[in-house]
Amino acid sequence: MATLTDPRKESFRLGMLIYDTRYRSLTIQIIALFGFMVFAAWLINNTIYNLAAQGKSTGFGFLSDPAGYDINQRLLDYSSQSTHLRAAFIGLLNTLLVAAMGCITATVIGLFVGVLRLSNNWLVAKLMTVYVEMFRNVPVLLWIVFTMAILIETLPAPKDFRGDDPAASMVLFDTVAITNRGVYIPEPLFSRGLGDFPVMADRTSPACEVGEIGEIGDACGRFQVSLDLLAVLLVFGAGLYASNRIAHRAERIQNETGDRPTTWYLRLGVIILPTLALLIALGFHLGRPELKGFNFQDGVYLRNSLIALWLALSLYTAAFIAEIVRAGILAISSGQTEAAAALGLRSGRIMSLVILPQALRVIIPPLISQYLNLTKNSSLAIAVGYMDITGTLGGITMNQTGRELECVLLLMLVYLLISLSISAVMNWYNQRVKLVER
Amino acid sequence: MANVHYVRGAMIEQLEPPAASSGAAGWVRQNLFSSPLNAILSVLSLALVYSVIAALIPWLISPTWQASSLSECREILEGASGACWGVIRERWLQLLFGFYPSELYWRVVLDFLLLIVAVAPVLFTGLPRKMLIFSALYPFLMPWLLWGGTVWGPVVAALGFGLGYLAHKLAKAALGGLAAMILAVLVPVIWWLFLAGPVSEAVASVLPLALEPVESRNFGGFMLSITIGVVAIAISLPIGIVLALGRQSNLFIVRSLSVGFIEFIRGVPLITLLFVASTLLNIFMPPGTDFDIILRVIIMVTLFASAYMAEVVRGGLAALPKGQYEAADALGLDFWLAQRLIIMPQALKISIPGIVSTFIGVFKDTTLVSIIGLLDPIGLSNSIRADQSWNGIVWELYGFIALMFFIFCFSMSRYSMFLERKLRTGHR
Repeated sequence: MATLTDPRKESFRLGMLIYDTRYRSLTIQIIALFGFMVFAAWLINNTIYNLAAQGKSTGFGFLSDPAGYDINQRLLDYSSQSTHLRAAFIGLLNTLLVAAMGCITATVIGLFVGVLRLSNNWLVAKLMTVYVEMFRNVPVLLWIVFTMAILIETLPAPKDFRGDDPAASMVLFDTVAITNRGVYIPEPLFSRGLGDFPVMADRTSPACEVGEIGEIGDACGRFQVSLDLLAVLLVFGAGLYASNRIAHRAERIQNETGDRPTTWYLRLGVIILPTLALLIALGFHLGRPELKGFNFQDGVYLRNSLIALWLALSLYTAAFIAEIVRAGILAISSGQTEAAAALGLRSGRIMSLVILPQALRVIIPPLISQYLNLTKNSSLAIAVGYMDITGTLGGITMNQTGRELECVLLLMLVYLLISLSISAVMNWYNQRVKLVER
Repeated sequence: MANVHYVRGAMIEQLEPPAASSGAAGWVRQNLFSSPLNAILSVLSLALVYSVIAALIPWLISPTWQASSLSECREILEGASGACWGVIRERWLQLLFGFYPSELYWRVVLDFLLLIVAVAPVLFTGLPRKMLIFSALYPFLMPWLLWGGTVWGPVVAALGFGLGYLAHKLAKAALGGLAAMILAVLVPVIWWLFLAGPVSEAVASVLPLALEPVESRNFGGFMLSITIGVVAIAISLPIGIVLALGRQSNLFIVRSLSVGFIEFIRGVPLITLLFVASTLLNIFMPPGTDFDIILRVIIMVTLFASAYMAEVVRGGLAALPKGQYEAADALGLDFWLAQRLIIMPQALKISIPGIVSTFIGVFKDTTLVSIIGLLDPIGLSNSIRADQSWNGIVWELYGFIALMFFIFCFSMSRYSMFLERKLRTGHR
């Protein structure tokens, strides 16, 4: 017998697609999908037609043609004979270089400013507020070109360093030269070094022949890995790991006996001593920049464009990070501090065990999105002539080859990959530190 | 009862607080010298503030207003340190208007004054509501005043909305809600695509009311930044709200499209989108369309801003307690009514700080157009610095531009704080 609650058997009517909630969502979605596909097809159709009308072919073959232009700031070997693809890769490395440098300094400055803004010293707090407002309310591009102009116009030229009574002198015990062309810093050298290891090298090519001093040419292989650096990093990493093990052991002993053995000298020694020994064994010394002719020679040359971009991005992002840090610290209620004190923790432990873990939960997600912003803002490098990926792939390569569509698509893809990988890290972290609720 | 002699009959006069903790001295002691570390910090900060001011004041008051080149400034200053204000006197009109014809400056000024009138009733609820009619008409007035040309173009464009409204009203009585909705979209689209052009030309030939046209390449300076910024800000908010709703929706396809769009735009730098505007957008359009470069830039900046806006609004939607959604359902409101009356007013209130900081971000990001060759203040500063007579100028020029941006952005952030205070209805 049919009860009242049984649904009536209704024949399907067209109006139900809109008025019946069971079908309406489906209708809306199909219309949306259809509309999107028509729009996409329209765009693609226009593009194909327009490209054909301009007589342009599409494809990524141009990437393996010789680039024909120079890149002055580079981490790997590159010459104008290298391909467009390699130019783009060099640019990508430059982007990552300035982004990494910027993230580190911005975090340090931002942390510092954020904490000082909460200081109970009125003057310091106000000064930091002025800093934050000044940098947040002026475009980052303006800061970049401004910094570049200041560097070029106000710093001494290399010729000012010459003569018996020079107008300018090197700083930090005569090791760093700050000029209007850039900054020269000492270069780490190894007198008994292990040399470089070419990766993906063609051993028969002339670039790979072993020269008189037992070194291979710079152009050998896709890129070369400095074995000295690798060894130092390995030993340093092993030291860190060992120090970590010691801390774990101390923790275990504390849990078992209640006494925590003093381990700081052990931990410090395990990190520093082996690394130091290795550096001495490799004959580590610093190569100072020296004025020769019209310019400085030797040492590591950091171009003005890199310095300006780095400084401006760091200071600008630091203003935002300062606000994040301040908000994070303010978000932890004072009851937490008091509860921790009631448990008998000392103030240092309160900070490291109670306040910081909770504040970090608030701070880290927006912090990472600031890192993301910094990386994306580094694309403004093109305004000061720093050859990042926008300057190479989206700048000279695009203008030379006329492949706007391919270049812009590749450029977007690269940035998208960087962004997505940073977001993936962020999501992973969020999952890890999320408060477990009910 | 025994007499209690030791009870005082009157309160004794309160003692003054110790001098060290009251008045100016007390304030200084508490806020600047409360501990040795604080004292050191205070002294260092004072020294910093003093050295900056001592260097800045003589630099600012420098008698170089009439100089017409940097070398002339140096002659006037005779080796002393000082700003070279001649560059600002000579170029400030250019920094404000770019290469807009100087006899037509009144149009730009009028345009931005009217902008203030149009925005005022939106910003300050105390003003008469009738002013909102002007706010609705302003979007059609603004491009006409800036670019010039015939008045009938914007008029027929506005007429499209009127036709849509009319169609909806007439059809609702005759054909029912759904048909009325479809007609309300269809009629204006047909009007704009097929009829608007011929009609405006016909009327213009009969009644030629026109302003002298100004080409986009003459636009520049802060006027360009403000134009791009205002349009992008105004359009990105509604698009952002729709995208946020799409992202929160439980319709799979709608949600995926919204998420894809938002994440794509947020994942790439604005400069790549501007490359699209400068090189690719015309390739995507039907053959023969030649969008104006400023219009192309506005389209891309708007898309960029709306993705960020969507995330901000989504934050507001997510922060709203679930009970609000359920209460709206319990009242029997449908989706749009619930959004309009219950959800959005609260969600938008929560996201005001984020919305305004997105606005500020968009306005600051308009400077990026200098990279694709438009002459915004930074683009102009490059050409001024390349000029023979001003070669080597730094602080005055960039300081002026930075100050202008600071004034705009700082007042926006102050307004957001005012709004937050005004709309705070929670009991604290």
